[in-house]
Amino acid sequence: MRTSRVIGTAFALGLLIDPSAVQAQAPAPAPMQDAALAQALRAEIEQLRKDFEARLAALEARLTSAGGPPPAAAPGAVTPSPPTAEVPAGAQGAGGPGGTLPVYGNVSAASKIFNPDMAVIGNFIGVGGKNDVRREPALAMREAEASFQAIVDPYARADFFMAFGEQGVDLEEGYITFPTLPGGLLMKVGKMRAAFGKVNTFHTHQLPWPDRPLVTENLIGGEEGMADAGLSFARLIPNRWMFLEATGQVFRGDSGDLFTSHRRQDLSYVGHLRGYQDINESTNIDLGGSYARGHNPSGALVDDPDPSRFTTTLFGVDATLRWRPLRRSIYRSFVARSELVWNRREQPDGRQDGAGFFVSGDYQFARRWFAGARLDQSDRADEAALRDNGGSVFLTYWPSEYSQIRGQYRRTTYADGPTANEFLFQFQFSIGAHGAHPF
Amino acid sequence: MKSKYLALAIASLLAWAGPAGAQGKLNVMTTTEDLASITREVGGDRIVVESIARGYQDPHFVEAKPSFILKLQRADMLVVVGRELEIGWLPPLIQQSRNAKIQPGADGYVDASLQARILDLPQGQITRAMGDVHPLGNPHYWLDPENGKVIARTVAAKLSAFRPNDKAYFDQRLADFTSRLTEAQKRWMSMMAPYKGVKVVTYHRSYTNFADRFGLDVIGYVEPRPGIPPTPQHTLDLVNEMQRQNVKIVLVEPYFDLKTPNAIGRQTGAQVLVLPPSVGGSKEVPDYFKLFDNDVTVLMNAIKQSGTK
Repeated sequence: MRTSRVIGTAFALGLLIDPSAVQAQAPAPAPMQDAALAQALRAEIEQLRKDFEARLAALEARLTSAGGPPPAAAPGAVTPSPPTAEVPAGAQGAGGPGGTLPVYGNVSAASKIFNPDMAVIGNFIGVGGKNDVRREPALAMREAEASFQAIVDPYARADFFMAFGEQGVDLEEGYITFPTLPGGLLMKVGKMRAAFGKVNTFHTHQLPWPDRPLVTENLIGGEEGMADAGLSFARLIPNRWMFLEATGQVFRGDSGDLFTSHRRQDLSYVGHLRGYQDINESTNIDLGGSYARGHNPSGALVDDPDPSRFTTTLFGVDATLRWRPLRRSIYRSFVARSELVWNRREQPDGRQDGAGFFVSGDYQFARRWFAGARLDQSDRADEAALRDNGGSVFLTYWPSEYSQIRGQYRRTTYADGPTANEFLFQFQFSIGAHGAHPF
Repeated sequence: MKSKYLALAIASLLAWAGPAGAQGKLNVMTTTEDLASITREVGGDRIVVESIARGYQDPHFVEAKPSFILKLQRADMLVVVGRELEIGWLPPLIQQSRNAKIQPGADGYVDASLQARILDLPQGQITRAMGDVHPLGNPHYWLDPENGKVIARTVAAKLSAFRPNDKAYFDQRLADFTSRLTEAQKRWMSMMAPYKGVKVVTYHRSYTNFADRFGLDVIGYVEPRPGIPPTPQHTLDLVNEMQRQNVKIVLVEPYFDLKTPNAIGRQTGAQVLVLPPSVGGSKEVPDYFKLFDNDVTVLMNAIKQSGTK
């Protein structure tokens, strides 16, 4: 596009300059050309050439700045010449067409400039070994996540994440964000992952592991996690010591096996308080406390006349310690994470009080290599007496920022089953717009 | 019942407002220390300016720490390098800042690159097979003093728009900065003039504008492609090419590993120079003038020592 504009401009300027050059030469009487006249003409032509070059440079500079980021660009400011394609040399005379051919289809940059940023992230997982409790296929294209993100208007931006699995499509998240509401509120409306802890807000490809921790599987809604349609408000709490952010969310009350809305009033609520502090320029700590409450599906399973009276309440605490020396930030880093979750579930057969946690560490020991380990423990949500234990080690290789290959050895001791020893490997790859690095 | 109390508690927590007090000085944030230095030159004591990234850190990979959100929340103006340099970390920070003044497109969002001379604008189809290419051109454009003047002009115009009463002050400081920089540039140019066309190798494409201004000929890169770490084959090819062309200088940004550059240095006899591409990249370069003073001097001495021409 840019090239054709420049060519078009150059051509137009050429047309402008030609007649003036001719005019400059025309008054000169042909037989009386002496040295002085020739000299004057040369100077004049040289001057014209300089003017032309200066103008062309100025126009090119303007074109360059017009091709900047979308908000700054003025679409339609420069009318592009109709696109054409040169017929390849040799085609002419061999029965083929000659000259230039029109290019069909809409190639106007102006119509595409407002397209959202698009990306697709593929997540392929292979599992080996024996596990009678958690049945996962040997090889699966677990997810292809398509993202569409753009600024809506001066007041809002929108983000859509569609998860294409092998069985179907699921709206993983889709919400509008108003970042500059009065009172310093950040409002999100739509379907989103709940702000319960840290790992729950991560998309599958942002996790430092191929799987999710046992505590997520058992207590926070499994693979899909806690995600629902609703509203979210977040506000920074000003204080002189640290970054403090409070988030309050209201959801419809449907989130996988975790929450079920039996009637319209059965909303679920999530609250999160996050504190962050830099210890020094390389090290920082991130702490959070979470609360969630909703109605669980246990009553409906036994045809209880009032299934809404069975609720699940969750409390969580999360901590993240990060270390990344700025001078060597692309070569070395360490992240330690932990989340503890307490679960109180009212069921027709009584109340279940369970808990679970994970602790993990990931160390980057080279520009493209990471090693990690994770310790898991969790009670079951509907039968807290059953406690599963697990441990994993990981190795990750990043060929580039846009792809990664990961291996995991996982050993899980199920309360009611045999011990499972498994090997997982994962390929993740991303095409399209450059997304933000997760923090 | 319980849920109502909770909702109330959350609501009251959220409503706990604490508006930041109006400040006399204009609060300017920049993404890099280079922009901060130039902005400081123009803004003088009428502004407070701070950079998000440090000069010794890879500006492509800054972490979006929440402490930066707090700083952006209070900013009246945000000056960015642009050209997608900050694409991996700045958008979430701006979004979470809750600051309408610095959202892209708002008056306080200043893209310093819009008037600058940008090199390496890709021609034709680009794909990620070329590595982490910047589709909008090379974002390391501040390493040309001419662009420094352009950045200063852009910033001064914005500052004057925000504080019309101080326009004369900013204009005077801009004129002063521009004339001092022009003087210094003449000095740097004359220092480098005898070595025009000296061939160098650089790690990343950070010195493109610098090389263009001061007449260096960059014949290759330690990275096989932008953002892709060195490979043995590429290093071997580069060593051969350097020997063929008698290249005696390798420039490395302070945030890259020196293992491969040093190995190249040993095999070719070339000097490996850690040359700060940004203000704050080392102790010797605390501001925009010192950055060129240092880089030009270090380079000149190295070229003299190598005896190449």
